[in-house]
Amino acid sequence: MLLATILALFASMILIVLRAFAGPSVYDRVLAVNMFGTKTVLVIAVGGHALGWTSFADVALLYAMLNFVATIAVLRFFEATAKEPPA
Amino acid sequence: MSLLVDILSGLCLLAGSFLCITGAIGLLRLPDVFCRLHAASLNETLGTPLILLGLALQVGPTLTSVKLFLVAVFILASNPTATHAMSRAALHSGERPLVDEKAQEISSSKS
Repeated sequence: MLLATILALFASMILIVLRAFAGPSVYDRVLAVNMFGTKTVLVIAVGGHALGWTSFADVALLYAMLNFVATIAVLRFFEATAKEPPA
Repeated sequence: MSLLVDILSGLCLLAGSFLCITGAIGLLRLPDVFCRLHAASLNETLGTPLILLGLALQVGPTLTSVKLFLVAVFILASNPTATHAMSRAALHSGERPLVDEKAQEISSSKS
């Protein structure tokens, strides 16, 4: 069951990377990067348990926090540099 | 008892993987930024804690499962926040959601 979960995570990561390369606007790319980070957290957790690592949960928690902070920071940057909305 | 825990964790892992793949397909196929945000946000917010719950059931009552529970709680809080900020930033930068023009005209002529 762990192997099936990891295969499903890898398949969804491939689809997300396709959207990140094809995304027409910058927000598609930011969303794809955010989803990819969440899938990375899941792959670390499931793969760490399957391979018998000792402290994979700490690494997964750190990746989740870093992913959230990075997404908010990138969104602030693009929101500040965006042009004024049409009235 | 152990068999019951195994079945429960397998069910959680299967449901979480299904939601992850569905969210990725929705991210790839839907026509609009806001549709993609919708698909990504909802599937991710339920699928990630399901996979982590199934994993915590397999790990057993240790400190590791508590940390996995913390990861699930953090993602439950942070993922809707991130997608909300993303949709707000997209709306502020001039993106508009796709609407059905004909339905819009009918509703505006009625009012």
